[in-house]
Amino acid sequence: MIKVRNLKKTFGPKVAVNGVSFTVEKGEVLGFLGPNGAGKSTTMRMITGFIPPTDGEVTIGDHNIVDQPIAAKRLIGYLPENAPSYNDMTVLGFLNFAAELRGLTGGEQRKAVERVVEMCFLENVLHQSVETLSKGYRHRTCFAQSIIHDPEVLILDEPTDGLDPNQKHEVRTLIRRMGEKKAIIFSTHILEEVEAVCSRAIIIDRGTIVANGTPEELKQRSAQAGAITVRLGEGSANAVKGKLDGLNMVDRAVVVSDSPVTVRAFPRKQIASDDLARAISDVAMKERWSLIELRTEEGRLDEVFRSITLPDTKASKKEEAK
Amino acid sequence: MKPIITIARRELSGYFASPVAFVFIVIFLLLSGFFTFMVAGFFERGQANLETFFAWHPWLYLFLVPAVGMRMWSEERRLGTIELLLTMPVTPWQAIVGKFIAAWAVIGIALGLTFPVWITVNYLGNPDNGVIFASYLGSFLMGGAYLAITAMTSAMTRNQVVAFIVSVVLALFLILAGYPPVTNLLVTWAKPWLVEGIAAFSVMTHFESIQKGVLDTRDLFYFLSVIVFSLFTTSVIVRAHRAG
Repeated sequence: MIKVRNLKKTFGPKVAVNGVSFTVEKGEVLGFLGPNGAGKSTTMRMITGFIPPTDGEVTIGDHNIVDQPIAAKRLIGYLPENAPSYNDMTVLGFLNFAAELRGLTGGEQRKAVERVVEMCFLENVLHQSVETLSKGYRHRTCFAQSIIHDPEVLILDEPTDGLDPNQKHEVRTLIRRMGEKKAIIFSTHILEEVEAVCSRAIIIDRGTIVANGTPEELKQRSAQAGAITVRLGEGSANAVKGKLDGLNMVDRAVVVSDSPVTVRAFPRKQIASDDLARAISDVAMKERWSLIELRTEEGRLDEVFRSITLPDTKASKKEEAK
Repeated sequence: MKPIITIARRELSGYFASPVAFVFIVIFLLLSGFFTFMVAGFFERGQANLETFFAWHPWLYLFLVPAVGMRMWSEERRLGTIELLLTMPVTPWQAIVGKFIAAWAVIGIALGLTFPVWITVNYLGNPDNGVIFASYLGSFLMGGAYLAITAMTSAMTRNQVVAFIVSVVLALFLILAGYPPVTNLLVTWAKPWLVEGIAAFSVMTHFESIQKGVLDTRDLFYFLSVIVFSLFTTSVIVRAHRAG
């Protein structure tokens, strides 16, 4: 549904986006991650046809966004960053305006407006002017605008920014539900959101894609992934570390904390973490450790994110110990 | 066509939702009345025409039209709604024309509301209503020309004050290039053909000839070409700003 090929954008001497390629099919929710200024918004602006790419192409459905902008834009719903809307209009007026520009008329238009008002919980503010709304309502008004024509492609630039936790949850649920039938791209800073909503995630840094996979695959790239953490009720952390270091399968063991005693063992290459877990549980029984917890680390997205997007390795070293 | 109407309708309701349209209309009516009756002495002249009324329009528009048009694009850029508007299935041209029509309509409404002046002069004497109609049309076209210039400057900046000042300066140039005190000064050191050439760019020259009751195609063409050229430049600026 969305094909992005070798997309480039330069602003004068500054390269904002440098050769980004990916595709999103119907039924996929693509999470777009990256530090501030990595080129997320610029990429989204090129996909929605707001700014023309310096090089490369974007195809929405069968339409190239540069050559057939109107046909392509018809398929897209877009929530720009900071959710702009016309301050002097009422919510209802704004939604009617958006519906009309989308080519909806009469009963069709009324139904479409009713539908998004219900989906985005806007009944209470329908006749209020946008200017007087709280940030959350303003955000949802702009979000409502983006889905008013039930588009096949949805581009959302930080859709949960500025919402309270309940509203965040609602929006996530909404995105996940719509993701079953649409091709959705959304950008976010919140990594738990990616795990909750996305079927796939892309991490972009300094204009290029540095990681692309399902949230599970990305987590596997974490340095912690596959490590076994043990927590004891009593005893000495260093003694435990010594025992674990003594195991053949263990590459190295790290003391996470002295109280409560928590030690993390990293398996050697080729060693499955399940095998290591079994070996450690044998040691625990033999040594009569008062074991409280024995856990296989899944890896953490924020750690992957940081180790990929931070140039030095200090961060990843620190993460290991956490 | 449909998107143009949708956008124009939204803009027009925007003008009336904020005080912009009302302030413009009230100030325009007050000032044009004040200048016509108090300063120019409409009654004292004892002539059944509206020369004293229309003579002030280039100067009134100089400040009032940029005040109406300055928000046209700068506001969109400041609020970021331009991103919303231009990712809708509309072309930049449709947006530009829609916005222009709405602002022009505000000027048209203000101009239409000066009808009591027309009734007064018809009550007092037997004016040439053809001349008055031509003058109204000329005034409306002149307002459109100023407005198109304002649209252009408004697209250049997200700051309305800058848009306002630049528009006033450009419009002032268009007035002064053909304003007799200035052209008389120019004649003393420039060749007459040069002075006339410069004056041909002035709204004054064309507005005055329309005011005589002659709807010359050259004058109509002048105003329409200022409008088309400025709006075309607006579209270039809007596109260029998207690019960077």
